[in-house]
Amino acid sequence: MTILVLADRSEDIVSQPTRSAIAAATQIGGDVHVLVLGGAAAAQSAAKLPGVAKVILADGPAYEHGLAEPAAALLVALAPAYSHLLAPGSAMGKNIMPRVAALLDVQIISDIAGVEGADTFRRFIYAGNALATVKTSDEKKVLTVRAASFDPVPAEGGSAAVEAAPGAESPALSSFVGAEIAKSERPELTAARVIISGGRALGSAENFAILDKVADKLGAAVGASRAAVDAGYAPNDHQVGQTGKIVSPELYIAVGISGAIQHLAGMKDSKVIVAINKDEEAPIFQVADYGLVGDLFKLMPELEAELG
Amino acid sequence: MKLLVPVKRVVDYNVKVRVKADGTGVETANVKMSMNPFDEIAVEEAVRLKEKGIVTEIVAVSIGPAQAQEQIRTALAMGADRGILVEAEGTEPLAVAKILKAIAEREQPQVVILGKQAIDDDMNATGQMLAALLGWSQGTFASKVEIADGAAIVTREVDGGLETVKLTLPAIVTTDLRLNEPRYASLPNIMKARKKPIETLKPADLGVDATPRLTVLKVEEPPKRLAGRKVASVAELVDKLRNEAKVI
Ligand SMILES: Cc1cc2nc3c(=O)[nH]c(=O)nc-3n(C[C@H](O)[C@H](O)[C@H](O)COP(=O)(O)OP(=O)(O)OC[C@H]3O[C@@H](n4cnc5c(N)ncnc54)[C@H](O)[C@@H]3O)c2cc1C
Ligand SMILES: Nc1ncnc2c1ncn2[C@@H]1O[C@H](COP(=O)(O)O)[C@@H](O)[C@H]1O
Repeated sequence: MTILVLADRSEDIVSQPTRSAIAAATQIGGDVHVLVLGGAAAAQSAAKLPGVAKVILADGPAYEHGLAEPAAALLVALAPAYSHLLAPGSAMGKNIMPRVAALLDVQIISDIAGVEGADTFRRFIYAGNALATVKTSDEKKVLTVRAASFDPVPAEGGSAAVEAAPGAESPALSSFVGAEIAKSERPELTAARVIISGGRALGSAENFAILDKVADKLGAAVGASRAAVDAGYAPNDHQVGQTGKIVSPELYIAVGISGAIQHLAGMKDSKVIVAINKDEEAPIFQVADYGLVGDLFKLMPELEAELG
Repeated sequence: MKLLVPVKRVVDYNVKVRVKADGTGVETANVKMSMNPFDEIAVEEAVRLKEKGIVTEIVAVSIGPAQAQEQIRTALAMGADRGILVEAEGTEPLAVAKILKAIAEREQPQVVILGKQAIDDDMNATGQMLAALLGWSQGTFASKVEIADGAAIVTREVDGGLETVKLTLPAIVTTDLRLNEPRYASLPNIMKARKKPIETLKPADLGVDATPRLTVLKVEEPPKRLAGRKVASVAELVDKLRNEAKVI
């Protein structure tokens, strides 16, 4: 059994969710190969991951921006050598892997949260309200991995060879026009040790900056509820939840967030949860380890000061 | 140009979903059902494209039980022109994509707009699978769609922010939350929708084998998180985080 993991990269290193996907692959068993699209430096970082036997680098303009059509065609060309094809459940993985699965006539299993065997996996359904165990009859398995459910493999410790990907057809169906990727000094949400998230209660983009001050003190990433994103207080990639990012930091601080099931689906695996809300009946308190009832506009400056 | 919008009947997002005691699934009897919220966004986008004169006909498709007629009617009341109901239950994204492919081959749309994710199975797969089967381009998680000169310019919500791609038509688009705010159907439009045609088919009529590939071995309640306790002040909170939880 050999497993291929499609890597996601942030800048020049493979992302932490990719390392979680490799951990899931290791649990399934067998040799693990990693495919990196565009980015020789990221391929080098993948080669250092423990448990990785080989890195395949697909360089070239078709792969640079991770467009789904050429990436899926390449994965299909590589597929005969593999029993399982995995990717982290990031925007990239979710864009590409279902396309790969359909080309292989396989039913994808998205966002696996547990491995029960080579063909049996656990995953959440209904916004995390239920946990299903599913067994596939497809010979080849195509999966995305819910990173929050698998401790990432360490960043160092292995030394795999890097080889160039074989040529594959490159369907010119779409082209990359541009991107607005916010450069931030803060950690990425899916890799952060501490996250502070704000909700509708923040009231404006200016007010949202109160969270930045506390985030600075804690070295935290900043997240948001859907309501805060929809209202334009925070950018879309900050959304935590069922249909946003799924996070599992050591500490998650929810500020002015009510705790709708769709939000909880994205953060309830956090180790320690703090809720700050003026409504003591807010459902977020039902999952919080520490709850603080009060007005966030009074409490946040106090918190900033207390953290020194 | 013609546009297809697949709409799925799902448990309403406000319902507190309960796992069945026998572990075979979740309780769906006597539960409020609605159109998948992402599909409402898809229908809204289709109707706006029609209002702009870019799209001439909108066909709403649902694969589901006979009651999925209701969700097709909702799409018709929002502005779709006619509906197709494919009666099948328990279909997985691959089978849905195969059914939609057969319909696309018959209807020849230039664009299919789907939701990015059904809020029941949370698969986030059908649009991408349909694009693969048709050999079309895909613009997933769209927050903006512009169609002109045989191409669709799609702004996508990705992990670090936004990305824009240009798709050759015909193309698949899947909606994200920020694409638009779906309208409510007006009473006159609900009345008008009753007269719009809905065709009913079976997967076999389309030559599709919809046999599931996955067997659900069990469905259980996720591990419960216990509520902790309230702290009285910021000072107490910081003390607990430092000395009890040891996370800062
Ligand atoms: C298809 C779909 C997908 C969704 N996906 C997501 C998702 O991925 N992520 C997500 O978060 N949501 C998602 N939602 C939305 C979700 O259902 C809720 O609407 C949303 O999470 C509410 O955001 P909120 O808690 O910020 O706002 P609200 O529910 O309005 O809560 C605001 C809270 O702030 C408190 N508050 C107000 N003023 C103050 C103050 N001065 N000090 C302290 N507290 C104060 C209030 O007591 C209240 O509890 C989704 C919904 C749908 C239909
Ligand atoms: N049974 C169905 N009938 C109609 N559309 C569907 C069906 N299943 C999935 N879809 C479409 O595919 C999208 C993504 O669903 P999924 O891949 O299941 O998360 C939905 O938002 C719908 O637009």
